[in-house]
This record gives sequence, C-alpha cells and structure tokens, in this order.
Amino acid sequence: MSVGTFGDYGGQYVPEALMPAVEELADAYERYVLENEDGFVDELRRHLRDFGGRPTPLQRAAALSERYGHDVYLKREDLLHGGAHKLNNALGQVLLAQYMGKERIVAETGAGQHGTATAMACAYLDVDCEIYMGRTDINRQRPNVFRMRTHDAAVNAVDAGSGTLKEAINATLRDWATNVEDTHYVIGSVVGPHPFPSMVRDFQAVISEEAREQAIEQIGDLPEAVVACAGGGSNTMGSFANFLEDESVALYAVEAGGDAITVEEETGVAPHSASLSAGEDGVLHGARTKLLQTEEGQVVESHSVSAGLDYAGVGPELAHLVDQGRVEPVHVDDDAALTAFHRLSQDEGIIPALESSHAIAYLEDADFDGPVVVTLSGRGDKDLDTVIEESERRDVAAAPSMGVFTE
Amino acid sequence: MGERAIRAAFEGGPALVPYVVAGDPDPEATEAYVEALVRGGADVVELGLPFSEPIADGPTIESGIRRALDAGMTPSRYLDLVADLDVDVPIVTMTYYNLLFRYGDGDVEPFVADAAAAGVDGLIVPDLPVEESGPLREACEQHDLALVFIVAPTTTEDRIERIVEQASGFVYVQARLGTTGARADVSEQTYESLDRLPDADVPTAVGFGVSSGEQARAIVAGGADGVVAGSVFVDIVASGENVADRLERTAADIKAGATEASSASSVSEPERT
Ligand SMILES: Cc1ncc(COP(=O)(O)O)c(C=O)c1O
Repeated sequence: MSVGTFGDYGGQYVPEALMPAVEELADAYERYVLENEDGFVDELRRHLRDFGGRPTPLQRAAALSERYGHDVYLKREDLLHGGAHKLNNALGQVLLAQYMGKERIVAETGAGQHGTATAMACAYLDVDCEIYMGRTDINRQRPNVFRMRTHDAAVNAVDAGSGTLKEAINATLRDWATNVEDTHYVIGSVVGPHPFPSMVRDFQAVISEEAREQAIEQIGDLPEAVVACAGGGSNTMGSFANFLEDESVALYAVEAGGDAITVEEETGVAPHSASLSAGEDGVLHGARTKLLQTEEGQVVESHSVSAGLDYAGVGPELAHLVDQGRVEPVHVDDDAALTAFHRLSQDEGIIPALESSHAIAYLEDADFDGPVVVTLSGRGDKDLDTVIEESERRDVAAAPSMGVFTE
Repeated sequence: MGERAIRAAFEGGPALVPYVVAGDPDPEATEAYVEALVRGGADVVELGLPFSEPIADGPTIESGIRRALDAGMTPSRYLDLVADLDVDVPIVTMTYYNLLFRYGDGDVEPFVADAAAAGVDGLIVPDLPVEESGPLREACEQHDLALVFIVAPTTTEDRIERIVEQASGFVYVQARLGTTGARADVSEQTYESLDRLPDADVPTAVGFGVSSGEQARAIVAGGADGVVAGSVFVDIVASGENVADRLERTAADIKAGATEASSASSVSEPERT
C-alpha cells in the first residue's frame, strides 16, 4: 500500500535500492520530528534560534502598503542566516541525519540557496557534504557556488538536459542510490518520496507559526491573504501550513510564468515553470504530482529567470491543496518579477531573491483590501548578475542604468 | 506468450537477457539489433522504452535513451516497433512509471493492454516498488504480462519476502548499489543477494554491471538462473561500428560463460572480488 499520500498525490516511487532508506527515514521522521524523541525538536529549535537567528521579523512595508492601498507585511526569511528560508529545512535534515547515524550528506540545489544552507549546516554540525547543481544554475548563481565551496562542500556540475534543478535531483538520486548505506539525501523542497514532502513542510512550518502569531500581535487579526512563491513549494507550504485551518485567510502560490504559459511542441520546452497552473498529473522524483510534461509523459524542460523556481514538478501536498481549492495558484512572468525586484530594492531598501520577487510582483495583479502577508523567502545578492543582465536585455522599466559600470 | 513464456525461457538452462534502448539510434536499427542478440543466444530481450528522467540508469544507458528520444521514440512508436519484431523470444519492456501512467491518462491498464497486443511479455519498472504496484500488477495479471521486481543489496529480509511473493516472470537481482553501467568484476553483494533469496519458484536473473562471459560464469555458479546485460550492448550501439555483428558475438560470449557454469557439475568456487 502506498503511504504518505495527499489525495491522489504523493507516495514513494523510488528504485528498490532506496526503499529501505526511505522507510528508515519515515521511521526517524516519526520518532524524532513528530514525537520529539531524544529532544530532537528542542535541539533543532535551539539551533534555529542561536545559529539561524529565528524568529525573523514580520515587517510592515510602508511604501508597498501605500502603493496598493492596503497593509503589506513582509515575513523576512531573507534575514535568516544564509539569506533564505532554506536553512529551516537544511538544518532540520542534517541534524536528523546525525540522529540517524548517517555520515555523509548529499543535496541538490537550484538557486544555490538550498545548497549553501546545507553546506552551512554541515559545516556547523561537522558532516561531509556533496552538492549537485545544474550547469545553467552554476553559471547564473556563482556567488552561491563559492559559498558552498567556502563551507568546504564538494560541488558537482550536472550537464544533462537544460542543467537546472530537475537534472540536479536526478544526479543526487543516483548518488544516493549508490551510497545509501551511509548517506542521507537532504532534499531541498517538499518534493520526493514520503516522508520528504511532510517532513520538509514541518521544518518550514516555523515560517507560518511565527507569522501567524506576529500577525495577531502586530495587526490584532489574521491577514486577509498569505502570498508566497512556489518552486518545489517548500516556501509556500511553510508559509501556509499554520493558516490552512483559518478559512478566512486566502492562500496564493505564485509560480514562475517565465516568458509565457505555453509549451513549444517542437522543442518540448516550457518557457515557464508553472506546474500547478499548467501541469498534468504524473510521477516524478518519487512522487505522484502535477508535472510539466508532453502528452506522452516525457518531462519537459522548464524556464524561469529565477533558478529556484525553475522546476517542472511541485510538491504533492501543494498539488492536492490546489485541487481542493484551498490554495490558489497564480503566476507572474519574468518581466514582472524583475520589475518587482527593482521596486522593492528602491522603495523598501530590501534586495529580494528573484524567487521572492515573484510573490511581490503578484501584489500588482491582486485585489486585496485588508492586510496581506508576503513571504520574502530570500535575499537577492545571488541574483545581481542575472538581474543586471536581464534588466538591460529586456529593457525593464524600473531598472537603474548600470551600463557605465559594466562596460 | 506472456508470463509463462518468460518462465519457459529460463527452463532450458541459464538465460541470457540482453537490454537495448528502443529507437537507439532509430527503430529499424533496433529491429536488426534485437535479431542479432537473439542469434547470439538471447533467451529474453529487455527493450528499453525511453523516458526523459532515467534515474536508475547510469551514463551509458542514459545516453542511449537521449539518442532514442532525440530520434523521436514515443510509447506508441515503441509498441509498433515491438509488433514489427520478427523474433520468437519473449520481450520485456523496461521503462519508468510516468510513461505508463500518462499513456492511459492516469490509468495504467491501456498501456498494458496495448503492450500485450503488440507482443510484449513482461514489464520492468525500476521506479515502482511493490508498495505502489497495485494497479499495474492488476493490469498485468489481467493481460497475462509478467511484472518483474528488483531485489537490491539493501533490500531487507521482509521486503525480499514481499517482493518474491509478488514478482512474476523472474526476479531481477541488482548486482550492486548504484545505477546501471558495465563493470569488469562481480561484486560480493551479488552472492550475498543470491544467498538471501528464498527457494521461490520464480527464476532469478542478475543485472547491473554484467559485461563478460567471465562474470556470467561466476554469477550462474553463484546460483542465478540468468544474467541481464545492458550497458555493454548499448556501448556497442553507441560506437556505430559493425554493431549487429558485435552484439551477436558479445551476446554469444556472455551466454557461453553462463552455460559453462551450469554444465560444470562441480564448479570450483568462482573468484570473488
Ligand atoms: C530564495 C528562494 N525562494 C524560493 C525558492 C523556491 O523553492 P521552494 O518553492 O521549494 O521553496 C528557492 C529555491 O531555491 C529560493 O532559493
């Protein structure tokens, strides 16, 4: 019988060699994470506070609030150590691997934020670490490649396909299948076989746990909506988890609309990464979920200006919540995300990750009245090269001129 | 044909199960290659239906899959290819779950029905553990197709029991951890896995890394009923030189090794690495 399902989605579609590891992990998840055996959860919370800098602020963004005529609050995960929400999960999983007696960590990364978070957690907890990253992502996220190396992680370039997150996951699954006896795979999002989608959600749920308390304390009420960007969906699930029962709170998963929501039949390329909005039911990387694929079931290469959203799949629980109507999937395109990047940088003094810029950009399309919480999943230092180049190429309105400096 | 045909193929002595990717480099070539493998002594042919995310395969087979996809191989063309094959050994389709799932728009039965009609005798789906296999197993039973499961070096005792109970056709014993790819040695894990398998009435075939008669001899002497060899053949296809001839000769070499081991009544313990 399949376990770890969310409606039709989820499950454990992995090679037999990995099944015992997946079962062992499910058991460890239950004991340590759900039942706090040996004080695991207490230790994790301590690390998140002392090393990670939690809690992160819920900040009212004055300029955005004025622009849109309703209060906009930013959940500042960009202020978490390392500069993205990814540390919540990486620290949780590396610590869990230690509790399980695993000696080696492998991980995939797209934007490099999960890779740096994992490398940081491994340096901090003293575990060996090896990261797989697509060639395209290595080229557009160089600062994070150097950060991983600085923390002494091995970084392997993956040349297959379009060299993005999907290919990095394939490579990491192969490494895991080869070294499964002493190695734990720290998957970076709410994807993969059970227990990963549930476990990563639980590690990221601290975002909405804090945001909900902070909203009640600072606003005196729940927000009208929570808006978060969705790549694999860990930031989204973390931002939504503690609001799921609050029916008055609308939940928006903002996907990467790329250049357009279409598939070029000839090349099999989707110039977007909006698997919740445009995907079909399928099985990839260990789970049944919504996927960008051809009619025959070949997974297509996705596209987004933002490496962390550039993935053809999405977490199974998020897919289920969309089917149920609890989460609304929306998308904004590359240009809108770039514009939002510049707006937040200029108006609020915050350089957002291109991933988070998608969530900010959605405010432009939306029609809210009350206070809205937007998760700022990460900071954008890693994206500066891409932003400068793409803003110039696309003639993004809000972009400052960099020509004199880049000549 | 079907599941019974696969079992029968293991009955006349140790079976050779070669693998090539359908459509690598094109469908016509595949037909000729399968015929060459059968001339070389193949008892069952494992024919890969290419999927874009072959996570259980190593670089050699992944490249073959890439070539086949670039040449336009699809599940329906695959079934046409099988229907056109002019060989009298059972054909086992090796592919990943998403293709079967999508073929019937979320229902795996239509693929199984069409595969059976085209002449496919069994399926190997490496990303489908027994736990998730209910719908596919039902469809396979309905259409008399074998559903082959893999036993890995990491597979626990109670999983082995579950797998052997549910496997049909043969049990695929994964020779080592990792992905597919030709190797020169036989790992200790192979013998351990064979020793751990209960005396079930399903035959066993060892794969992942098999590339020579020497290895085949050691594996059959270790108790296997057959060997699966893939990357060694996909490498020959990739070279583009004298392909059919070399496929036949390599198949014959591996088959000879396997047969030798079974005819030597008192084999000395093979060299273990
Ligand atoms: C800053 C940031 N935000 C969001 C994401 C999207 O991933 P997920 O949807 O899994 O949270 C990433 C992924 O790399 C990221 O780096």
